[in-house]
Amino acid sequence: MKITLRIWRQANATAKGELKTYHVDNVSEEMSFLEMLDLLNEQLTMANDDPVAFDHDCREGICGACGVVINGAPHGRYSSPVPTTTCQLHMRNFADGAVIDVEPWRAGAFPIIKDLVVDRTAFDAIIQAGGFISANTGSAPDAHATPAPKRLADKAFDNAACIGCGACVAACPNSSAMLFTSAKITHLAMLPQGQPERYSRVKSMIARHDELGFGGCTNVGECASVCPKEIPLESIAQLNRDLIAALFKADGK
Amino acid sequence: MTETETRTISEAKADAALSFYTLGDEISDPKAPTGPVQEKWSTRKFEAKLVNPANRRKLTVIIVGTGLAGGAAAATLGEAGYNVLNFCYQDSPRRAHSIAAQGGINAAKNYRNDGDSVHRLFYDTVKGGDYRAREANVYRLAEVSAAIIDQCVAQGVPFAREYGGLLDTRSFGGVQVQRTFYARGQTGQQLLIGAYQALERQVAAGTVTMYNRHEMVEVIIADGRARGIVTRNMVTGAIESWLGDAVVLATGGYGNVFFLSTNAMGCNVTATWRAHRKGAYFGNPCYTQIHPTCIPVHGETQSKLTLMSESLRNDGRIWVPKNAADCTKDPRQIPEDQRDYYLERIYPAFGNLVPRDIASRQAKNMCDDGRGVGPAVTERALDGSTRQVRRGVYLDFSSAIKRLGKDKVKASYGNLFDMYEQITGDNPYETPMRIYPAVHYTMGGLWVDYDLQSNIPGLYVAGEANFSDHGANRLGASALMQGLADGYFVLPNTINDYLADATKHGTIDESHPAVTEALASVKERVDKLLSIKGNRSVDSFHKELGTIMWEYCGMERTEAGLQIAIEKIRGLREEYWRNVRVTGQNEEFNQALERAGRVADFLELGELMCIDALHRRESCGGHFRAESQTEDGEALRDDDQYLYVAAWEYGGEGKPVLHKEPLEYKFIELKQRSYK
Repeated sequence: MKITLRIWRQANATAKGELKTYHVDNVSEEMSFLEMLDLLNEQLTMANDDPVAFDHDCREGICGACGVVINGAPHGRYSSPVPTTTCQLHMRNFADGAVIDVEPWRAGAFPIIKDLVVDRTAFDAIIQAGGFISANTGSAPDAHATPAPKRLADKAFDNAACIGCGACVAACPNSSAMLFTSAKITHLAMLPQGQPERYSRVKSMIARHDELGFGGCTNVGECASVCPKEIPLESIAQLNRDLIAALFKADGK
Repeated sequence: MTETETRTISEAKADAALSFYTLGDEISDPKAPTGPVQEKWSTRKFEAKLVNPANRRKLTVIIVGTGLAGGAAAATLGEAGYNVLNFCYQDSPRRAHSIAAQGGINAAKNYRNDGDSVHRLFYDTVKGGDYRAREANVYRLAEVSAAIIDQCVAQGVPFAREYGGLLDTRSFGGVQVQRTFYARGQTGQQLLIGAYQALERQVAAGTVTMYNRHEMVEVIIADGRARGIVTRNMVTGAIESWLGDAVVLATGGYGNVFFLSTNAMGCNVTATWRAHRKGAYFGNPCYTQIHPTCIPVHGETQSKLTLMSESLRNDGRIWVPKNAADCTKDPRQIPEDQRDYYLERIYPAFGNLVPRDIASRQAKNMCDDGRGVGPAVTERALDGSTRQVRRGVYLDFSSAIKRLGKDKVKASYGNLFDMYEQITGDNPYETPMRIYPAVHYTMGGLWVDYDLQSNIPGLYVAGEANFSDHGANRLGASALMQGLADGYFVLPNTINDYLADATKHGTIDESHPAVTEALASVKERVDKLLSIKGNRSVDSFHKELGTIMWEYCGMERTEAGLQIAIEKIRGLREEYWRNVRVTGQNEEFNQALERAGRVADFLELGELMCIDALHRRESCGGHFRAESQTEDGEALRDDDQYLYVAAWEYGGEGKPVLHKEPLEYKFIELKQRSYK
């Protein structure tokens, strides 16, 4: 296959960026999208040109490091028949001769570092505001001391599957991180161990979310449609229910 | 041939290996208390010195890595009140490669009432490791395993549960009880997120300071003690030193020396190799685990291999056609009596659940025998001849789907099937999956004592980065157990013993010659890499190294092959330092430069792995020497000569020095491993 790429190139956070065109030949259908970018980078290196910077690590769709906007959709969601991360998108989904636009996540809270690499430490900051259960090492009772109903445990798991890639923010016209935040809220709210901090958690995580410059949710739903782990929009409803309930409780700020 | 004659020949060959290394003094683990194995850990915890809570905040612990071992240790030491500096090369601590572990975590809970116990987990792990692990360490691992599950549940890790609300477990390779706890096929992710959340809680509490996108590139050793590290800020290129009272390396394994492996692209040996160069012994570098159930290689541009969880072997059946002529047929058209379910045939007791090393080697044997499936690839033998080989075997769920129904299979393995389909374009519900072994885990790592301290005082090593608990082969679902055992329960109890004397050790500052020397050497190395401006990319060297390692130091190793490999690696390393092309400069986000430093270290490690494999003229676990096998092709140990840990001291430009740590088996009888 022959592919034409138009890739966002930006030397650093303050430099002016632009889309540049590249041609890659000898692309095979079995290659992943990132392996195709590897091929381009090998080509650029041999031409003494600067390779394209992009984040990636596990290449199994689980670490959440990779993520670029492909033809306008985070992780190339609309080029793939199934929800995917960029590393699990394969070239068999593109036609020979395709022209593909590749851009970084764009959101005020995710400043660009270089080319397709952005700074997502704001996600860590949201977790720091309460996305945990306070259980010091060594203080735990026996794991079977508190059974957890399977239905709720499964729901907790569905939300804990979030990989923190940031596609939801990139897809949202408001650059809201509400889907990410609600996944953590719902994960912990469904478990018996998560109850003591349930209402203080939702208040402080939302407060931090807003401080960091993420926008509000207006129920557009783009986030859930591009999410590689299929975190449902319903999780945001769960967050809102907990947040409203929290306003009538003395817990937290 | 008499026994004496056999011995003389093997000594003569050992001498040939001796041209690659020299023999140093024997060493021993000074920290494990004497006495019954059941009491060692409680004795050690009692005897280890403590640090007063008020003094802890005055002490700084540097932790490199944020996976299960590093993240758990940072969180726990933060909770204890130490001042922790935690570093990772990723953009967030949540991305450490522990996250990719799929199948599960072992614990001796005996919730199934199926005869499990601490002693049985201990026994299974020692046996699974082919009697090349320390008894004391493995017993402790089994002992703390139950507390790990408790801790994780308390943190909100969503383990799989049964309808009664209690935890579900399943079976894994090499054992006959169901002691593996799991969270669908994403157990590593859930455990890591648990540790990550505990870590972020400490960041918020101010006890841990997190440095993302900082790669450790040197260790600082002053007056014989580990005092700090040097990092490169991967965004700005700034090369900085960090000083503390102790340094913990929890930087994972070195499987990427093979280029293609199931490791993340960034996994590397640099942290531990830099420590090795400064005097830390490297234990058993040749012990690598080749995982039997990975998706086969698709072509030259492949960048990594994807694992399919071992849990698939609970219900999937592995087979190849009985006749080579059937290998190109649609597998669904091959009748039942023409299929060779070779693991069930050879190992009736364990069947498809034999340990990984055995399952992998048998897959290789079937393909060598001409009965592999999938596309044929050209392979070159030692004598230069080439042949076409199909590298794949079937993993078939059709009988499980018949027995359990598609929905039940989907509930247990759905995400793995989806992943397979996404990567290969084939639907595993319809047609058997194709799998082949791939490099997955490295049992070797920096040598540590019972306290997880290396031979350099103040330098601790945890998780996959150390060599300690798995012997020559790791059982499935034991890596997560070891990482969290080290991070939550072992290290936080043993490191106090060293930190209690911190005031006696004194402090050093940035003007200390050890600091300025470390900074200068890092800068010099970076400048050198950038100045070569050669004709080959970093990746092309890495791929070539990987090919050499896989060919000669992979699933089967020979005397002749290993010597060829050493020669080839030396040549490649020489070329690297005069012909590598690293684009850009240091003072920017430069991924080519990051990779260049890592590959330079892999080029040194690869040679040591081959020397270690050459010197160990026996087969044990994942280390299979073609010259040492039983009549039916199983690994044949030589306990008289090789019942020891090989701890290698860096030899600089000269030869590495071998220190043997003899292994003693007092509580488990040494015998030939059998899974038949």
